[in-house]
Amino acid sequence: MSRAIAATPEALAIPRIGLVLRRVRTSPFFETRLAGAGLAITAVVVVCALAAPIIAPYDPNEQDYLAITDPPSAAHVLGTDDLGRDVLSRIIFGSRVSLEVGLIAVGLAISIGVSLGLSAGYRGGLADDILMRIVDAVQAFPNLILALAITAALGPSVANAMLAIGFVATPGIARLTRGQTLSVREREYVSAARACGATPVQIMRRHIWPNVTAPIVVQATLLMGTAIVTEAALSFLGVGVQPPTPSWGAMLRTGSQYLEVAPWIGLTSGAAIFATVLAFNFVGDGLRRAMDPRLASRKRQ
Amino acid sequence: MVPVLVLVSILTFALLYILPGDPAVAMLGENAGNQQTYLALRHDLGLDQPLYQQYLSWLGRILHGDLGHSIRTSEPVSAVLLARVPVTLYLGTAGLLVGLLLGLSVAIVSALRPGTAFDSIGAVLAMGGVAIPSFWQALLLVYVFGVLLRWLPPSGFTSPLDDPWLSVRGMIMPAIVLGTHSAAVIMRQGRSALMEVLEQDYVTTARAKGLRDRSVVARHALKNAMIPIITVIGLQVGSLVSGAAITETVFAIPGVGRAAVDAIFFRDYPVLQGAVVILTLSVLIANLVTDVAYAYVDPRVRFS
Repeated sequence: MSRAIAATPEALAIPRIGLVLRRVRTSPFFETRLAGAGLAITAVVVVCALAAPIIAPYDPNEQDYLAITDPPSAAHVLGTDDLGRDVLSRIIFGSRVSLEVGLIAVGLAISIGVSLGLSAGYRGGLADDILMRIVDAVQAFPNLILALAITAALGPSVANAMLAIGFVATPGIARLTRGQTLSVREREYVSAARACGATPVQIMRRHIWPNVTAPIVVQATLLMGTAIVTEAALSFLGVGVQPPTPSWGAMLRTGSQYLEVAPWIGLTSGAAIFATVLAFNFVGDGLRRAMDPRLASRKRQ
Repeated sequence: MVPVLVLVSILTFALLYILPGDPAVAMLGENAGNQQTYLALRHDLGLDQPLYQQYLSWLGRILHGDLGHSIRTSEPVSAVLLARVPVTLYLGTAGLLVGLLLGLSVAIVSALRPGTAFDSIGAVLAMGGVAIPSFWQALLLVYVFGVLLRWLPPSGFTSPLDDPWLSVRGMIMPAIVLGTHSAAVIMRQGRSALMEVLEQDYVTTARAKGLRDRSVVARHALKNAMIPIITVIGLQVGSLVSGAAITETVFAIPGVGRAAVDAIFFRDYPVLQGAVVILTLSVLIANLVTDVAYAYVDPRVRFS
């Protein structure tokens, strides 16, 4: 009996995906095209990260002392940096750190934030009160300042930057999940599952979680952009990725020091960050429009 | 509000506690080898007390405005940072001004003429403004206006008391960089809030009695759209404070954010912690001001 009821959310999920796809197709041309452009740019960045050694024309750390701060040319399409390294190759390899930090930081925030938000929202009471006060407290700190202080405290490194970015993003996810859970837990199918003797963990996992995923997926996509920008900011300020690892933020740091002699270092690496963040935002906005029936219907009118 | 403040203070204290390095060792420097002086200093600093007692005495000192002494210069942290607060306030106000002027004006025109080319361009600008990394935008502006055209000073800070004209010129690029993100967010929120209000009956009534677009927007629509806009402006203060750290670093402006970034490199943790306290406090104050502003804009909001 409980198994039959437990299967309903999955059964419901299948038509919902179809509905989402149809909405994506029927949403206005402009919006879809932006989301499509976002997906395309994201795909390029992912391919760069996966196939960096094949695509990149040079080894990102190979120094050519005869080509220091060379402007863009046929040999070095985006020029070279202060140590004679190929800027294009470093940008291609730099996508690895950005995606890595983005994925791990967001993964961290989602896994902790969702579990906290689900249990607080479902159980309510004192645990919920305490959690929400902690969330308020962490969110009172300016994001970058908190990430900066945590990275400084743990020691400048990529791993610590990931931890700091993930930690700073967790309260937002917890708050979002809790809010969604509060509205879903009052539904009949949750009462039905409870009546059938499902344990709270089962209810949260099989009945509530599938029905709160949509906004969290949207938020996670948008968070990828934020995480990538924050990593770049930390590396730009010198506490994120350490040299000689190629990273967009660290390249911008060099670029700001060599702005007059070699503007291409900072301008190109910054463009890579901008394009990637913009792409994740486009995809996130597209997903939101596709999943939010209110937005979709208002647009279609 | 109070439980949140207590938690914020505990978090800030914990941050100091996990910071690497023993303050006593840092202060003794080369004399750290002497066990007796080391233990004596630890006792003087209260580092041998239980954690909760250290927290309480730390909190007591903070509430009296004592943020400790800089490890690098041994000046009182509160004096170092308070001298920098007006600079950050100046930059923050200029940035917020850019955000408000740009954000609200584009929002109003977009909401009045939805679906037009202007509206679409506004939407694209808002998307770009949210996504653009401030440090890259700063580099672009400095390169074009500071290096290529030489219209504006590429970096540095001049007090408005010394040379008002140069001070304003030096603040143009930092203010744009700091205000862009806020402008984009205010633009989006403002447009949707205004569009919602413009559909209300009282706006139709105002139009029906022959009021011009300008007075309909200024007197009837904007005031009622202000609640969500104020919320978003209040939330922007946090991102302005974060942005100030980057903007001040890029443009070499001696503010509180720059002090925090510098403190990390000099391992001057009391200054870093003091900066975190001041910056977080400013966000909390901004939240309070936002709540009060609700009551000012909307007479239905009353504090019990």
